[in-house]
Amino acid sequence: MKTPIQFILNGEDVATFVESGSNLLDTLRETVGDLSVKGGCWQGTCGTCTVLVDGVPRLSCVTLAETCAGKSVETTAGLRRGADLHPLQTAFMGRFAAQCGYCTPGMLMAAKALLDRNPNPTRADVVDAICGNICRCTGYEPIIEAVLDAAGGDARRRA
Amino acid sequence: MLEFRKDIFADERDDNLIEVGQPTARQDILGHVTGTSPYYDDHRFANLLHLKILRSPHAHARIRSIDDSAAARAPGVKRIIRGADVPVNLNTLLSLIQFGKDDEPSLATDVVRYKGEPILGIVATSERAALEAMALVRISYDQLPAVFDVEEALKPNAVSVNAAYPKNTFEYYGKYDHQKLRYGDVDAAFKQAEIVLEDRYQMSPIEHAPTETNGSIAVPDTNGRFIVYTSTQALFFSLDTSAKINAMQSNQLHFIGGTVGGGFGGKVDTLTEPLAILAARLTGAPVRHRLSRHEEMQFGSPRGAERIFVKDGIMKDGRIVARQIRAYFDSGAYTRLSSYAVVKCTAHLPGPYTIPNVHADVFCVFTNRTPATAMRGFGVTAMDFALECHMDKGAVAVGMDPLEFRMLNMYRDGDMKAHRRQAKNCALIECAQVAAEKANWPLRDEFRRMSSRAGGSPERGGVADRTRTPAFAPTAKQAPVPADADHRRAPNVAPPVVPQRIAYERPASAAPARTTLAQQPAPRAVPPPPTAPASSPAGSTHGAPRFSSVFGTRRR
Repeated sequence: MKTPIQFILNGEDVATFVESGSNLLDTLRETVGDLSVKGGCWQGTCGTCTVLVDGVPRLSCVTLAETCAGKSVETTAGLRRGADLHPLQTAFMGRFAAQCGYCTPGMLMAAKALLDRNPNPTRADVVDAICGNICRCTGYEPIIEAVLDAAGGDARRRA
Repeated sequence: MLEFRKDIFADERDDNLIEVGQPTARQDILGHVTGTSPYYDDHRFANLLHLKILRSPHAHARIRSIDDSAAARAPGVKRIIRGADVPVNLNTLLSLIQFGKDDEPSLATDVVRYKGEPILGIVATSERAALEAMALVRISYDQLPAVFDVEEALKPNAVSVNAAYPKNTFEYYGKYDHQKLRYGDVDAAFKQAEIVLEDRYQMSPIEHAPTETNGSIAVPDTNGRFIVYTSTQALFFSLDTSAKINAMQSNQLHFIGGTVGGGFGGKVDTLTEPLAILAARLTGAPVRHRLSRHEEMQFGSPRGAERIFVKDGIMKDGRIVARQIRAYFDSGAYTRLSSYAVVKCTAHLPGPYTIPNVHADVFCVFTNRTPATAMRGFGVTAMDFALECHMDKGAVAVGMDPLEFRMLNMYRDGDMKAHRRQAKNCALIECAQVAAEKANWPLRDEFRRMSSRAGGSPERGGVADRTRTPAFAPTAKQAPVPADADHRRAPNVAPPVVPQRIAYERPASAAPARTTLAQQPAPRAVPPPPTAPASSPAGSTHGAPRFSSVFGTRRR
């Protein structure tokens, strides 16, 4: 038996049907078709599938889709505004903060949640924000540098 | 951050490089940051089916019976795949280059040899339906004794793990149970050595844990062809392996990949493609075979565990005169790529040091553990861990600085290596000097002026010298060389007073065998190097030449 749900995905209304017990990850990828969200462990440990639900980072693989009804969901597919990249995207490119790229969408969303509520984070804030996201190739230093770059200002000096 | 030391080897290098030294963007990074890079699972197909594998819960057992009748009737199940359905149900990865015997089934039929070994596949309309049906399969096993330790596995009465290799060792060149390296006479050298240092090193298996697990989607195309979207690191290798197992022509398969969510060696084993293709053939529908994280950890091959015994003979002046290695690679239940790791390991011995007497036996051993495979320098990484730990202990034993102890023994241009090839294009001493400078690690003057290009010779690496070089003598009175000194010129300004380590000197009566080698004019007359497997990926282009030697500006 499928249940209808509606939510806002990257600013657009989405309406779909989900199996009872479906997680947000599968709903976004398989049903809605947002492939920018990646699955890594499907058990809530690696952070790869991180999306924002009402601005808060959530592991979409262990988030029931039905709990997101009526809420705002943000994914990497919505970071870009037309041709313009989000400052985080530009900074990740400039800092070589991705190799295989598979953890990148989750990293970007974890970082966005931080910058949205704290535009001038310290290095410790950045580390704290991405500490639930596993990267196996790049290493965390370029990623931390990229997030600080995106924040701009004198963030790094205060760190 | 990146720094080019143009003062070092300036005469050997072209400096008209356009890309090297310049920041450059990855060609795929825009896709990565926008979430649009096409990983294998980012392709969508109508009526996609899902393949899940039932795996052995035992490390070693005989399969008595399999009852999948209830599973076959379960909701959503389209097909059950058994070993008998696999056209060629025995393979070894390196059979593509005629290296090793077929030893691993895609689906076990009679015996399971490690916990996690695939037994049966269920193709269903969803992963969930496949997993629910899997719970209905009944398999009865006779558990067999298992062996988990490499040395236990080599004992005469040990349990035989792998039917293709009943003695639990890979067979090299059809007859040898291990790889050998012999150079000089270690036994005689150990008798003469002032210090003999032995130790045992044990590595654990290491899982690559890529954020994207292994997986693939096989899609029936027209004309009996299949398009396969895959996470493989080795596209054509996986294509040919899949073609062999499915008894298909290579041109019936079209592999699409290249966007890999982390591999590190863990995505060369073609773990998912052959059965995905078979499932697509048997059902006529696109089939996804994606490993769960649990499967990735248990069934996805790790870096193999290695047990390494190192014995060094050292003189009090710091020269290593003998090194003996006995190493066991735990291949797990099947060969996969461990056979090659052993070849690579042996080729790497005795490490980047000129040692006149070397003796190594390296075994590829089968146990009832998860089969091991490639991972980041496999064959070399663990051995280097052991050797460098041992070098530290050696430095302590002779009372030398650990870096200086290493530098004294490092390869120099012209040295004869244990494989009877002359070292060339060495730069390790210079690397050590720069590293010491960066780390503010104090080096004595003569080590700061040491050069890869001075003092090396075939004699240093094994042909005995008649004149004993004076024991190591610090020369503290000499003026220190500035950190940014031109390393190239140093030997000309003041010849190094560090004793360039020469061959192990011993009384003529002590070891006739060694003397025979010493009397050889070398390098032409020395025994030929051990024959490498002609088709091994080790190949003849092994080792990275400096760019200048590629461009031909390097002295030969």
